[in-house]
Amino acid sequence: MGFGENFNFRKLKDGLKKTKDKLFNSISETLQGKAILDEKVYEELEEILVTSDIGYDVSMQIIDRTREGMLTEKDRSYEKVIEILEKQLSKVLSKYEDKVTISDKIKANKPYVMLIIGVNGAGKTTTVAKLAHNFKKDGLKVVIGSADTFRAAANEQLEIWANRVGVEVFQKEKGSDPSAVAFETLEYAINENSDVVIIDTAGRLHTKSNLMEELSKIKRVLQKVIPSAPHDVFLVIDGNTGQNGLVQAKEFSKYAELSGLIITKLDGTAKGGIIFQICSELKIPLKYIGVGESVEDLQSFNPSEFAKAFFE
Amino acid sequence: MLEDLTLKLENVLKKVTGQGKLSEENISETLREIRRVLLDADVNYKVAKKFIDDVKVDALGKEVLTSVTPGQLITKIIYDKLTDLLGGNNKELTLNPTGVTIILMVGLQGSGKTTFAGKLAKFLKSKKRNVLLTAADIYRPAAIDQLKMLGKSIDVPVFSIDGSKDAVKIAEESLKYAKENHLNTIIVDTAGRLHVDKELMDEVVNIKKAINPTEILFVVDSMTGQDAVNSAKSFHDEVDFDGIILSKMDGDTRGGCALSIKAIVDKPIKFLSIGEKLDEIEVFYPERLASRILGKGDIISFVEKAQQQFDEKEAQDLEKKLLENKFDLEDFLKQIKMIKKMGSLQSLISMIPGVNKALKNQQIDDRELVKVESIIQSMTKKERKTPDILNGSRRMRIARGSGNSIQDVNRLLKQFKEMQKMMKMLKTRGGAKNILKNFR
Ligand SMILES: Nc1nc2c(ncn2[C@@H]2O[C@H](COP(=O)(O)OP(=O)(O)O)[C@@H](O)[C@H]2O)c(=O)[nH]1
Ligand SMILES: [Mg+2]
Repeated sequence: MGFGENFNFRKLKDGLKKTKDKLFNSISETLQGKAILDEKVYEELEEILVTSDIGYDVSMQIIDRTREGMLTEKDRSYEKVIEILEKQLSKVLSKYEDKVTISDKIKANKPYVMLIIGVNGAGKTTTVAKLAHNFKKDGLKVVIGSADTFRAAANEQLEIWANRVGVEVFQKEKGSDPSAVAFETLEYAINENSDVVIIDTAGRLHTKSNLMEELSKIKRVLQKVIPSAPHDVFLVIDGNTGQNGLVQAKEFSKYAELSGLIITKLDGTAKGGIIFQICSELKIPLKYIGVGESVEDLQSFNPSEFAKAFFE
Repeated sequence: MLEDLTLKLENVLKKVTGQGKLSEENISETLREIRRVLLDADVNYKVAKKFIDDVKVDALGKEVLTSVTPGQLITKIIYDKLTDLLGGNNKELTLNPTGVTIILMVGLQGSGKTTFAGKLAKFLKSKKRNVLLTAADIYRPAAIDQLKMLGKSIDVPVFSIDGSKDAVKIAEESLKYAKENHLNTIIVDTAGRLHVDKELMDEVVNIKKAINPTEILFVVDSMTGQDAVNSAKSFHDEVDFDGIILSKMDGDTRGGCALSIKAIVDKPIKFLSIGEKLDEIEVFYPERLASRILGKGDIISFVEKAQQQFDEKEAQDLEKKLLENKFDLEDFLKQIKMIKKMGSLQSLISMIPGVNKALKNQQIDDRELVKVESIIQSMTKKERKTPDILNGSRRMRIARGSGNSIQDVNRLLKQFKEMQKMMKMLKTRGGAKNILKNFR
């Protein structure tokens, strides 16, 4: 168990129960009691996968591979189909697991700097608060930098969160240069001997190149103070997002190299299947899952543990 | 040159041999592709399936215009149906001429309600309404501050009860406040909520009961995926909203969720939110969204042009002539004119996907079309009907008269002969497919 992690097997299971149920219970229901795997079964699988936002092409690939897998199987039970499907899905998620964990990075860097980016309303600010809460719980000294200087009351929102969580927040007035906020937050953190810096940024659509350039600038400015910073750049994706999520991720990664993904709002009925495409195309791990609006509602994503909870 | 014209003739031939109707067989490939396009655009799986099945049932047996393929025609039919569906039940925002108009904003977290409330306030203010914004999001930190700042920037008053934990009461009080202060339009911003959150859904139902809104607007992020059907359905069942707002349309999402929602709840899409600035609001045009979801603008405008220019009677005459082996240079001239009406040949051909790739890459010179036209125009009626009488001296005369070389005239006549021969083959052996193979 490392720093900043919120991993409670029982809680994770509760939190992810819905996610798991959504995908796999429906698969089980479909297959249960079906002695033969006919076209109809595969069609139903197609529906389940596509409806989870996994994407048409990827869904077809998964089904084709499952079909192939079943060809050489003596065991024609639905459990077997699920096993093959599960393997494929969990493989995608565990493949790009970091060898160096956030905890390792925190131990190696003082302060450790995390940059949070994403489109408008994805849940960045709430996630920043949740992350700060987790780090604080582990006894780390956290500073949040409020680099959303654009949206009305963004500063106020973050300030309220910081107060609730009990961490410091560095802000400048609305309309300031966000990279100046980033720069000064780092200097402040160094001065205050902080362990962790989390930079919240304004939401931006990936189609706005001037705003995207601003991200590169923030990154460059951070490097001026600490050459190895930011140690992590996380893209926050709304769990409701459809196929545009992949486009978003690709664009964001052009301006600030992504080291991981955070998916939010999985407490609803959306299944967040777009993460499979994002993780495999960009070769980045899924790091956290947002399952609610309170600071407790962020789950660390540990692929192997997750796989256990997800598929057990 | 003649080869280009065969593009059109090819389709006439198809019609002659009975391939001119939309059939299960000749559209299935296109339908499969379109289904995939819809899924990639985030149209819900079930919705896409049903939509395509419905279109198919309607379209089977439809006559295909001579100049388009079945695939192109079904694409256009789908586009039209999509436009109809998206624009269906169209209704403008209701604004009461007297009394207070109450607009309630609802939706999931982060969908863009607050920003849109500000935009709508600005828009209605410009329409000479006296607007009040009500801050009823008591949950998200600083949501009230956000609305206050937006209100200030557009000089619209914002009603809030600081510290209150009762969204229903805030909404009620704001209505009183509006009446007292002669404000005739209230826009109530509410907290984002998940449709599965019973407590919060009850809250919004209670707000509705308390203030009886004129319009309830459901704001949905245009990047939403498959689950849009579930949230829209729940919000519809709980509060029965009056209109849909698509937000963040300034991104590059295809916006298929709009079709999913329209298919589930037939409520009008009233506005698009297209940016973070408060004047970035747009009224909704269904055709634009239809082509954004479907793509294929090239095929659609091609079919539209063909439909505009298509003369049913001329085509029937042509068909008859082909069958009777009476296709002559006069008919050929008509064909050229029809093609010319449809725009430049190059642009026309480049619009036809898949068809004749070689042709597409080849630079097609419209002047050549003009050349053929001028040659035929220099012929007498009789010569056009019976090209066999064109001996050397007649040809020479035509070349000189039309300002072309004798070789040009010869080439035209030779190619025309070949064309006629093939048509004869069609009649005797049947099977346009064989002929077309030879033709390429
Ligand atoms: N249900 C749910 N709501 C969330 C979650 N994360 C964020 N939100 C809500 O989404 C909305 C937008 O979040 P915010 O952090 O302001 O997004 P930002 O614009 O990306 O900073 C707020 O109402 C949050 O409370 C989550 O995991 N679940
Ligand atoms: Mg924010």
